[in-house]
Amino acid sequence: MEELRVTLEDLLIEDCIELDVVVDNWEEAIRKGGELLERCGYINKEYINAMISSVKELGPYVVIAPGIAMPHARPESGVKRLGLSIIVLRKPVFFGHPENDPVKIVVTLCATDNSSHLSILSKLAQILQNKEFINKLLTEPDKHLIVDYAKRLIKEDFL
Amino acid sequence: MKLKVIGVCGMGLGTSLLLLSEVESIARKYGVEIEGEVVDLGSVRGKTCDVIISSSEIAKELKDLKIPIIEIKNMLDKREIEAKVKEFIESIRKS
Repeated sequence: MEELRVTLEDLLIEDCIELDVVVDNWEEAIRKGGELLERCGYINKEYINAMISSVKELGPYVVIAPGIAMPHARPESGVKRLGLSIIVLRKPVFFGHPENDPVKIVVTLCATDNSSHLSILSKLAQILQNKEFINKLLTEPDKHLIVDYAKRLIKEDFL
Repeated sequence: MKLKVIGVCGMGLGTSLLLLSEVESIARKYGVEIEGEVVDLGSVRGKTCDVIISSSEIAKELKDLKIPIIEIKNMLDKREIEAKVKEFIESIRKS
């Protein structure tokens, strides 16, 4: 029930964002995003492996839009609380997606059930559709300013 | 008009949910009532519905089903989603 009160603003915290991340491949990118979630107490390590296995099994469908991947796994694979992390890669990586590769932004998601995170997910989608936000994410070196900018967008209900 | 729509993705809680919520808001605009459900790829078999919505990557796995599929390439592109959902609604209305 606690999840009902959680908003996207609550989840956009500097500890769950990392910029200029250096990785060699998609697997490392998912691992980095997952490690942030683990460090913030959202998941167990098991969840990271579950996300990687799911891409190996089901393919690169987690690349939801050009340049953006949203890896996730099932709640029962080690999720403690609803959460998300955002990493921006120094060098883009390929997931093997025919249209949306290469990926520069990885938004790693962990949810506790099938639907209570819907409002957060649709707000998140709206933010990721915002060109100014994406531009800020890719160019601004100060995480604090990125979080501020995202929160301002949400608050002003630009969406 | 009422349509039963199933959103499908690998886990049944990410893009499927996102796409279904987009479908619901688009359908409202066109006066269509939606009965929606989201499922993971493994659970979609045996389900019945008027149309499935999924990413084009997931749709590849569903080609053998005898259910129309709305395939979305860019899950963050509202215009793509709206155009394809609208096209489906219009095709149903004509038939």
